[in-house]
This record gives sequence, C-alpha cells and structure tokens, in this order.
Amino acid sequence: MNGIIEGIYNFYEGIGMPAALLPLLPFLTVIALVFAIIFAITRLLVKKRIMHTKTASFYMFVSVWVIGFLLFTVGPMIFSFYISFTKWEVVSDPQWIGLGNYKMLFKDTLFYKSLSVTFYYTLVSVPLQVILSFAIAILMNLKLRGIYIFRTIYYLPTLVQGVAQMVLFIWIFNPNVGLVNSLLRLVGIEGPGWFSSPDWSMPAVIIMSLWTVGGNMIIYLAGLSDIPQSLYEAAEIDGATAARKVWHVTLPQISPILFFNAVTSMIGAFQTFTQGFMINGGPDNSLLFYAYYLYQNAFMWFKMGYGSALAWVLFVIILIFTAIVFRSSALWVYYETEQNGGRKRRVRQKRA
Amino acid sequence: MSVKKERNSTKKKVHWLAYLLLLIGSVVFLYPFIWMVSASLRSLEELAASGMSIWPEHWRWGNYAKALTAFPFPQYLLNTVITTILPIIGTVLSCSLVGYAFARFKVKGSGFLFVLVLSTMLLPGEVTMIPQFILFKKLGMLDTLYPLIVPAFFGSAFYIFLMRQFYSRLPVGLEEAAIIDGCGYFKIWRTIFLPLSKPALMAVGVMVFMGSWNNFMGPLIYINSDKWKTLTLGLAGFQGTYATDTNLLMAAAVVITLPCILLFFSAQKAFMEGLTFSGSKES
Repeated sequence: MNGIIEGIYNFYEGIGMPAALLPLLPFLTVIALVFAIIFAITRLLVKKRIMHTKTASFYMFVSVWVIGFLLFTVGPMIFSFYISFTKWEVVSDPQWIGLGNYKMLFKDTLFYKSLSVTFYYTLVSVPLQVILSFAIAILMNLKLRGIYIFRTIYYLPTLVQGVAQMVLFIWIFNPNVGLVNSLLRLVGIEGPGWFSSPDWSMPAVIIMSLWTVGGNMIIYLAGLSDIPQSLYEAAEIDGATAARKVWHVTLPQISPILFFNAVTSMIGAFQTFTQGFMINGGPDNSLLFYAYYLYQNAFMWFKMGYGSALAWVLFVIILIFTAIVFRSSALWVYYETEQNGGRKRRVRQKRA
Repeated sequence: MSVKKERNSTKKKVHWLAYLLLLIGSVVFLYPFIWMVSASLRSLEELAASGMSIWPEHWRWGNYAKALTAFPFPQYLLNTVITTILPIIGTVLSCSLVGYAFARFKVKGSGFLFVLVLSTMLLPGEVTMIPQFILFKKLGMLDTLYPLIVPAFFGSAFYIFLMRQFYSRLPVGLEEAAIIDGCGYFKIWRTIFLPLSKPALMAVGVMVFMGSWNNFMGPLIYINSDKWKTLTLGLAGFQGTYATDTNLLMAAAVVITLPCILLFFSAQKAFMEGLTFSGSKES
C-alpha cells in the first residue's frame, strides 16, 4: 500500500503538480479508482439484469458513506484494537506485549485520577444541565410576551465555544479581580481560588458548563410546544394545580426528549477535553479529564499503544453507561403510541 | 365566576414571577458576555480596579489592533475559513446524497446499513483518533489542512440522519414524473431533492460551521507550523504566552466569537431548526 501511494506521489511530482496538492492527489486517485470499480460492477450487474437500477443507484450513493466508514472508522478501529496490545512509540515498529497496556492501566494512578475527574464532571454537570435547562424551558413556555428576546439572550452564551469560552472563564474565575469573586466580595464573602485551587477548579468548570444550557433549553422548548393543549385542559378540568400539571402531563410527555438529551450530553461529557488542556490538567491534576490524559499519552509522550488501550476503555465505559441509561429508561420514559405521529408533524409544520 | 377570577389572578401572579425569574436569569447569562466585550476595551490598570462594572472609562479600540498583531492573524483566519467552508460544502453534499438514498430507496440491505450509520453515533472519536493520525501520517498529510477537510466529504452519521428524516417527509409522488421522463436517480437528486431541502441543508451547514470554526482538538493534533494554524490554536497559544494581558486576550476571544454571533443573527431559523430536530420525538 505504501509503495503504491509513493508511486502515485512520484508520478504527480514528476508531472509538476503544485506541492500543496501533492499529499491529496494520491489519496484522490485511489478513492476515484474505488468509485470507478463500484460503478463498473453495479453497471455490469444491471446490464445482466441481476440487479435493479434502483438498487444499483442506492448502493452507488451510499458507497460515499461506506467508503468513509471503512476508511475512517472500521479500519482505524481494527488498527487501534491491534495497537492497544502493542508497545509503540511511533518511531520504532509496534512490539506485541499482549495485555501489557491493560495491566499497566490498572496500576496507573493517573488513569484512576482521570477517571474520577471525568466521572465527577459527568455525574454532576449533566443532571444539573438537564434540570436547569428544563426549568428555564418551562418558564419560557408560559406564552409570555417578549419571549423571543429571552430566548435569544439565553441562547447567546452557547455561541462562545471551546477555547474562547475557557479563556473567558479563566478570567471570570480570577481569584483577585474576576467577576465571580468581585460579586462575592460585594456580599462580604472572600471567594475561593477557583482554577488555582484543587478543590474549586472542578466546580468552576461545572458552573461554566451551566452557562451554555441555552442549546438544551431550545430543544426542550420545541418539545414542550409539541404537547397537545387538550391534555392540559383535561388536567385543568380535573382541578390540577400548575405543579401537578408539570408532574403528570409535561414530564411524561417530554421524557423521551429528556432521555435522548441526557444520553448525548453524557457521551459528550465523557469526552471533555479543552477544559483540561487549557489549564494543563489543573492544580493537583484536578482537571485531568480522561480525553486530555489520553491526548497526553498519545500525542505528547507518543505512547500510541497505551493511548489506544485508554481509548478502548473509554469506549467500554461509555457503552456501559449508555446501556444503563437505556435500561432505566423503561422506568421513566413514556412513549406515545404510533397513531399520534401525524399530529406532531402538523404542529411542527405550522411552527416552521 | 369567582373561581375563574381567582384562577386568572393566580395566572397573572405566575406570569409576573416567571418574568422576574427570567429577567434575573438574563442578567446572569448576559453579564459574562458583556463583561468580556468591555474587558477587551479597557487598559490593564483599569481592568484591575474595575470590579464588576461593565462600562469602560476609555474605550481602547487599539486593544484589538494589538491583539490581532500578536499572532499572524490573517494567516490563521484564512486557514480557519478554509477548514470551515470546505467541510460545510463536503458535509452538505455527501449527507444530502446519502440521506436521499436512505429516505427514498427501500431496497435490500438499506435498513441494515442505516442501523450501521446510526450506531456510529455512539462511538467516541477518541477510539479512532490515534489510528486516523497514523493514516494521515502515512498519506503525508500531517501538518496540512487536509485531515481537517477530507473526512467531511464522506458524510457523518448525525447529518445523514437529519437529511434522511427531511427527505422521508416529502410526498411520495415527487420523483415519479421525473422517472417516467427517464431521468436518472442522480439527476433527480440534483435537480429535485437537493434544491428542495434548502432549509435542512442550512441547518446542517450552520451546525458544521459552529463545529469546524471552533474545532480545537483536530488542529491541535494535526498542525504544527504557523503556516497552517487556525484561530483556536492561535487563541490557545495566546493564553499560554500572554496570560497576563487579559484585555488583549478578551479582544482575541471576541474576534473569534464574532462570526458565530453574526451567523446566528443572520440565520436564526437555521440554528433553531437544527436544534429542534434533535428534540423532536420522531427522531
């Protein structure tokens, strides 16, 4: 494979292609070749009446994704699984060490630290995010005047992302002149050191994550407006209070969305990276997020084998947690029967 | 009558309470935002003494000029624009085509393949990160922008799913006339489905923009030389070397965020469509 790529590379270099394009051209050539082969095969099958034109077109179109899937997901997964059993520092050849990396992992105190940091963050921030965004969405759903302005204001912070957000919050949590401690000083409290304190750096990151609940809020708001008014009217006739209406009508109706959102937020939280990177893992490794520790191993210390083992452990953890949430969903997620599908569709079209 | 009156008055009270809570919340949510902008316009001395106030005494627009010359801003901006625009084009085209195939062709194997597409959404990027790095290394694409662009042209699960849902809702007879006229399926996609799906494509485009513009881990792994660095790398490096020049740091953060805000206000509907899609029960 390497030889072929090199051969094509040399060919393009020989005919005087611009240097900036040179890495791309061999890749494009191979991909074009693969497409040509798929096209030829499906054409042949259609001509021999083994395959219908429609089926052939389907596979032609979907092959765009399938090739990417094989190249960027399946291939890498197999390779990653293999190198997780090797010692490999990139410059030398991978060296088979069996379960060595996984055994090392269980003795690695930083591995446990990064796990506990990531669990701490996920288990505290995700429920808080869900509750806060749901509460705001309920308030917004009261059909108040000027709600669009509020909606925009609450959504705005989500536009400050990643590095910019972290830069801003390192400043906001500055122990001396930061916004938070200035506010606390107004009410006579001397605030903690936040990002410079092992105990307070995680609360700072969690508070930061709550600043961007606007995205979730919009999602819930859309779900809330999908709930049929008749259910509320029926509850009102039965004399239900506002709180009971939320508990017995709103919550069951919106539980599938809460569920979906909780799963995706959880998976996202397990992969938190930038917050750890920007503060170099925090004081005392208090912000040594799992993904950051993985990055350190793979791309700073070039321990590719160990990094891959870490990645697979993360994958298994995410699978287990997703399975638990899915299992528990039978207890608290309420799904309506299929026949109501038509109504929602109409509501959505009206809204659009 | 009196019951109704009482109910109305409690309703009014609830509304006032909701207004009050939302107003307090607005201040909390908006304050850091305004604070960032105002910090970017102050001198360092003023910053240290300003406490919670948000009105700069002297508006120092010069901070922006200083911040943007602290690193090769035009070069980084260009790289960021390239690694944002091309992935948008790639994702929109590939996901539209694949989504169309999944929505309109019920053939053998399509159901299984679609489940496969959805299952990739559960896979954390970390698992494929290291081997992908090796792959791009073998292809000679390290320290170029290609690793940040090329994968987008092969579609990604969530957007394929979104496009499929959109195309499934279009009426069944839509392509029939074209088929009778002898149109190929590719032409049907290009001339009928692609133009019709503009709102969904906008939603996808906006989401890809936000992801690519703010992408940090990708450039961090693949790019070393100044020539190819993006704005997020520039800002992170800035934080590392000029951590004490908070006003300049905030100016740079504002500049990075500004395009996202402008896009939001010019394409609010597309933003909301993408978000509400992930909140709809049918999804």
